[in-house]
Amino acid sequence: MRRLAAVMVVLLLALTAGACGGSDESKSTSSGGSGDITFWTGFTDRELGVMEDVVADFEKTHPNIHVKVVGGISDDKIVAAIRGGNAPDVAHSFDAGAYAGAYCGNGAWIDLADYMKRDGVSEDIFPAVTQTYSKFEGTRCALPMLADAYGLYYNKDMLAKAGLSGPPKTVTELMDYAKKLTVRNADGSLEVVGLDPFNGFYENIAAHWAPQWGLDWTDESGKSILSSTPGWADMLEWQKELIDWYGYDDLVRFQAKAGDEFSPQQAFERGKLAMNLDGEWRVAFIAAEHPELNYGTAPLPVDDAEPDLYGSGYTSGSIIGIPKTSDNQDAAWELLKYLATDTGALAKMANDIRNVPTTSDALQSPDIKPDENFNVFLDIFGNPNTRTTPVTVVGSANQDLVDAFAAKYQAGKVDDLQAGLANLDKAIDAQLAAAGGGQVP
Amino acid sequence: MLAFLSPWIAGFTIFFGYPLVMTAYYSFTHYDLLSAPRWVGLANYRFLFQGDQQVWPAVSNTLWFMAVAVPANALFAFGVALMLSRARRGNGFFRTVFYLPALVPPVAATLGFVYLLNPGTGPVNSLLGALGIQGPLWFDSPQWSKPSLVLLGMWGVGNLMIIFLAALVDVPKHLYESASLDGAGSFQQLRYVTLPTISPVILFAVVIGVIEALQYFTQAYVASTIAAGSAAGATEGANSLGYPLESTLFYPILLYQQGFRYFNMGYASAMAMLLLVVALGVTVLIIRNSRRWVHVAGAAR
Repeated sequence: MRRLAAVMVVLLLALTAGACGGSDESKSTSSGGSGDITFWTGFTDRELGVMEDVVADFEKTHPNIHVKVVGGISDDKIVAAIRGGNAPDVAHSFDAGAYAGAYCGNGAWIDLADYMKRDGVSEDIFPAVTQTYSKFEGTRCALPMLADAYGLYYNKDMLAKAGLSGPPKTVTELMDYAKKLTVRNADGSLEVVGLDPFNGFYENIAAHWAPQWGLDWTDESGKSILSSTPGWADMLEWQKELIDWYGYDDLVRFQAKAGDEFSPQQAFERGKLAMNLDGEWRVAFIAAEHPELNYGTAPLPVDDAEPDLYGSGYTSGSIIGIPKTSDNQDAAWELLKYLATDTGALAKMANDIRNVPTTSDALQSPDIKPDENFNVFLDIFGNPNTRTTPVTVVGSANQDLVDAFAAKYQAGKVDDLQAGLANLDKAIDAQLAAAGGGQVP
Repeated sequence: MLAFLSPWIAGFTIFFGYPLVMTAYYSFTHYDLLSAPRWVGLANYRFLFQGDQQVWPAVSNTLWFMAVAVPANALFAFGVALMLSRARRGNGFFRTVFYLPALVPPVAATLGFVYLLNPGTGPVNSLLGALGIQGPLWFDSPQWSKPSLVLLGMWGVGNLMIIFLAALVDVPKHLYESASLDGAGSFQQLRYVTLPTISPVILFAVVIGVIEALQYFTQAYVASTIAAGSAAGATEGANSLGYPLESTLFYPILLYQQGFRYFNMGYASAMAMLLLVVALGVTVLIIRNSRRWVHVAGAAR
């Protein structure tokens, strides 16, 4: 009996020693973490295929981890899943500006500081502007993965036919070109529109145009400064002037048949728009859907009073993080680290999805296939004047309020622009105060 | 006794009592769905009545809709039912045809209508164009977006129509006979015999209609998103609720936006409490007022 007990004890000790030894081993190697994890991403169709490819590469170098990729996810779903307790291990959000504040400020995504310190990942490997939209008030709960930069697409054939050379560089030139490139039908309706700055049309929102006038949204204390910065009124007036020239109703009718933005019927791709504000991903879409289109890309024109800003634009991007409900955070961190920092992975995504890679190394990577149209966006992204929108705890409320106002102004429903902007400032400040949240300067 | 009631008590508590109490509680907190609620007292209510500039457009849109859609639906349902009650041949066929739209799920119906009423490529405007009329911008116009939604509602009024039809065929024939013996024309018969007799159903239609108008969400959400979607951009920053120009921003839509998009669930709960109070008030008003014109057959007066 005693001998049996002794043997049992020895066996038990051996087992525990073995187990302890095993887990120590797995913690000390850099590829800690194993098991099944899920990764939710917003990509669909072709872009989702690329993502799955990249994840497959990850699984090859991390054979202990198996990843299930789910596409077509929106931020609503991520929030609902976190609340319901069945959130993925790694989540990918397209809308950093609107959601980083919520995810980081409320602990919905875990603070990555410890993991980053453990594995020696410094936030300086990411360009400065991407650092600001992936953290909130000092808490870094996400890493940037792929960014978007916005510029001007122009149809070279149409410009040549109208006798215009090169892309426009100032907004005055832009309006001039837009008027010359517009074609009307016999009944007066618009057949081809030079440029459509209608708020809400495709990528035309206030945030995407604001950098061209060098506009900031808030001062250091977080108060909204739209009425005290003359550039905002200038920008809105410029847009309205062009819209009134087309005729508001005619433009709305044109937009109704413009074709869905992410379908092959997109108006620029079909030759119904001569110039368009769009993101760098359009390069891949055109290559896949309308390779015969003869187009060029350039930075968006800037305010005549600020010629030095030329070459900059708006950038924002996707963020990836680990929801707090994940029960395999080690493995999730491995995937996160790979997707956000691995130069090869980012270069592959840059090549096939045509988004901007978000580490300084990846931006210089020789693996990125050269493409003169795409490289313009890399330059815009790297320009020191390129701006993004402030991150808040109220999602996109500040942007939505501005866009709603801009839309009303463009429709001619605002009599006094300056008073309207002052009111807008008040509304934004009230919304932020009501949420009891602060704002990233 | 309590044991017999317990299924109902359980249901009432879980699906009505608990949410009501929690909504009332959340309305005094700041709750962003992702972390614990934080008590803020009356701050949400102060923002609701003084700070939020979108509340007044939302309230006026909902009131407009209530004032227009409720009579429109009731009148249309009554009119169709009246025709059906008089019809001799093909009665069954027409009843089915007029009822069918009510079976279409609201989202699918809205999608269909947005497609039909597309100002540029939709069949309706093409037809109007062939007749020489330039069709309006329907869901893309701030003036026409709410009427388009009213049209959508009228199209799907089958449920109400069947109820009206049942009430109409239930009007005792002898009342019509005695009325016509007294020399009443068909309009007078309608006014003095039909309407009073079916007045309980009219009350029903009005109360149900008002409550639906106060809760109107799905069709407005889908319509504004789709109509904006043909021209709007990626999820990034383009919030198309209320498109165009806040004309379809109804009170429940604003509630949804604040609660789920802006992480302001405490404020959304305060909005919900206000909606409850208003709905209660309106319903009480209607029912009090109804004693004057609703004729309940056989009731002791």
